[in-house]
Amino acid sequence: MNTAAKMPTPPADNVINKDTQLDKTYKYGFSSDIEMDYAPKGLNEDIVRLISEKKGEPEWMLEWRLNAFRIWQNMVEPNWAKLGYPPIDYNDIYYYAAPKSQKEKPKSLDEVDPELLAVYEKLGIPLKEQEVLAGVEGTSNVAIDAVFDSVSVATTFKDKLAEMGVIFCPISEAIRDYPELVKKYLGTVVPQGDNFFAALNCAVFTDGSFVYIPKGVRCPMELSTYFRINARDTGQFERTLIIADDDSYVSYLEGCTAPQRDENQLHAAVVELVAMKNAEIKYSTVQNWYPGDENGKGGIYNFVTKRGTCKGERSKISWTQVETGSAVTWKYPSCILEGDYSVGEFYSVAVTNNCQQADTGTKMIHKGKNTSSTIISKGISAGRSNNTYRGLVHIFPEAENARNYTECDSLLMGNKCGAHTVPYIRAHNNTANLEHEATTSKISDEQLFYCRQRGLSEEDSVSLIVNGFAKDVMQQLPMEFAVEAQKLLGISLEGSVG
Amino acid sequence: MTELLNIENLHARVEEKEILKGLSLKVNAGEVHAIMGPNGSGKSTLASVLAGKPGYEITEGSVNFQGEDLLEFEAEERAQKGIFLGFQYPVEIPGVNSMYFLRTALNAQRKARGEEELDGIDFMDFIQDKLELLDMNTEFLKRPVNVGFSGGEKKRHETLQMCALNPTLALLDETDSGLDIDALQIVSRGVNAMRGEGKAIVLITHYQRLLDYIEPDFVHVLKDGQIIKSGDKTLATELEKEGYSGLTNETTAA
Ligand SMILES: Nc1ncnc2c1ncn2[C@@H]1O[C@H](COP(=O)(O)OP(=O)(O)OP(=O)(O)O)[C@@H](O)[C@H]1O
Ligand SMILES: [Mg+2]
Repeated sequence: MNTAAKMPTPPADNVINKDTQLDKTYKYGFSSDIEMDYAPKGLNEDIVRLISEKKGEPEWMLEWRLNAFRIWQNMVEPNWAKLGYPPIDYNDIYYYAAPKSQKEKPKSLDEVDPELLAVYEKLGIPLKEQEVLAGVEGTSNVAIDAVFDSVSVATTFKDKLAEMGVIFCPISEAIRDYPELVKKYLGTVVPQGDNFFAALNCAVFTDGSFVYIPKGVRCPMELSTYFRINARDTGQFERTLIIADDDSYVSYLEGCTAPQRDENQLHAAVVELVAMKNAEIKYSTVQNWYPGDENGKGGIYNFVTKRGTCKGERSKISWTQVETGSAVTWKYPSCILEGDYSVGEFYSVAVTNNCQQADTGTKMIHKGKNTSSTIISKGISAGRSNNTYRGLVHIFPEAENARNYTECDSLLMGNKCGAHTVPYIRAHNNTANLEHEATTSKISDEQLFYCRQRGLSEEDSVSLIVNGFAKDVMQQLPMEFAVEAQKLLGISLEGSVG
Repeated sequence: MTELLNIENLHARVEEKEILKGLSLKVNAGEVHAIMGPNGSGKSTLASVLAGKPGYEITEGSVNFQGEDLLEFEAEERAQKGIFLGFQYPVEIPGVNSMYFLRTALNAQRKARGEEELDGIDFMDFIQDKLELLDMNTEFLKRPVNVGFSGGEKKRHETLQMCALNPTLALLDETDSGLDIDALQIVSRGVNAMRGEGKAIVLITHYQRLLDYIEPDFVHVLKDGQIIKSGDKTLATELEKEGYSGLTNETTAA
């Protein structure tokens, strides 16, 4: 089929239907009745200028965006991934949508639209610091930046973190308040022209988080961003930049959901991490964008560029991802290991069900001496879905004694789905020590019966077996996320047996 | 005597092949039955059919359990109603430790019965005396289910699950096979602890020696998909000496 993805016009009053529960299986699939402020559809220099203006950005930022836009215009969408989707009409998308009440950024939660707060409450995201501090059930010790469509609505625990010199704020705020830091690092890990989607993001990104951990500070709590696409026909282009200075540590969590809609929506994020000498960044994602219905209608197109540079000696970057959502996932969180003895890790669980397609993996670029990397990828495919691991281990000539361990396991459910493993190795130094293991297995009827005989429902049995399969990755997740992620694995596979 | 299980004229096929060919068996509460019979005669098939394993077609006959038509229910519902199957060949579940597995199973059953679920700490209290009874320690519970277990460990693990889930009807398919003498005694201890009013045990075994430790009320011979002979425990001794070859179907011949 060669028809453009349908992106119809929003309701005239710019108000989205309240709580339309289309499909029970995606529990985050409600949309909320919030008055929105849209920029006109389509993409041109004026839209880029408008976004920059709405964000109150300085001139240098606008120039940076315009430069990226010009680069993007001369690029073509990549098609090497094992993904099939109708062409995206980049002029039929809203690049900016903000809740009206957010025009003047609220100074405290009391000023945030209660409807908006209600959305987060429904999602189980604790935005109220006092609740968190009071230990209200279901809340935990996590500082959160919540991004709703194009803007950040609340960042909790900011003051407490500031006492330690930690900066955790929306990136739009960082551009205004910490321009030197942003200028120094933005686009250094993922250059503007890195790839089609990254260039697009550079031109039109609307919000995201900024983190700076000063020298010698161990960030005392998990930092978390929660992304939600609510408005219809809207692309979400978030941008995250995390810098861990010498001898510092931070653990960062990212979660995302979207309402259920019949149309496809575009999401193209860029995340850049910089770890200086002896610093460690742990970045965990639970990606649960709306996957589309069982016939492949609707769902998010997720084209993400995530990359980290281990700049300093003995620095470490660890990516953990649990990918259960999106109709299409194109995502390769990578590490550039520049510092000697630096360490890169990639732990991934990718679940595809029904008509979902995922092409995901990592690149480990070894430049420094004695660098080491670990890749553990667990792909679970069900329904008619396709799940591809694509990875590159690249050893530069100067990278003496580099080590990599790669393990790619696939679990298949039924016989209509596909699992593919595409590992690339470029070793230009013969002191490298590379190990690769791969397995493919199926959930057997015997395993299912064994569990059911003990009293577990069929779905709980699948969930148990799948969680066991993914355990090596799941146990890398911070506690706050692990339980939710475990449930999510089960939910994503509902209806995949029997 | 309250009747627990009543199988009448059961015919079952798998992959177009008839395996159970008119099998009848009554089990009352409080009883222990042993089923013996040659390889391939249908013993495991009977256990699977009773436990609700998908893939079997019941072409004739009925199974009544505590006054209900058992064949109506899904495997997990039967488990929740108190039917336990100790597997002849327990399967591996990589990455799922035994403690988590057992607690999840127990809680699924408790939930179905409207009882409160046990958290990790309560569960440890709960499982402690069962572990002791079977000479097992908590280290064992940290291992992934059946992964790398020796034959004897698998069987002991099945017995532990039985003791934890406390079924009304336990079907033990060759739980004694591959056990050394000490393990046999230990497993038997577990099974004997399960004996009690209102409950019943069906032991599938090839060896008379198990019945020295677990004294059955009845011994049946299953051959070619039917129970062809029933008696008391002396039948087992007889079989040990004579073998199955001389036996023909007395029930249908009569
Ligand atoms: N899925 C299947 N497809 C085809 N034949 C089967 C299947 N399952 C069982 N059978 C056959 O049914 C017969 C009975 O098997 P069953 O496992 O019940 O025997 P058993 O009495 O338990 O034997 P053993 O003492 O060796 O454990 C055998 O001939 C076996 O090959
Ligand atoms: Mg058998």
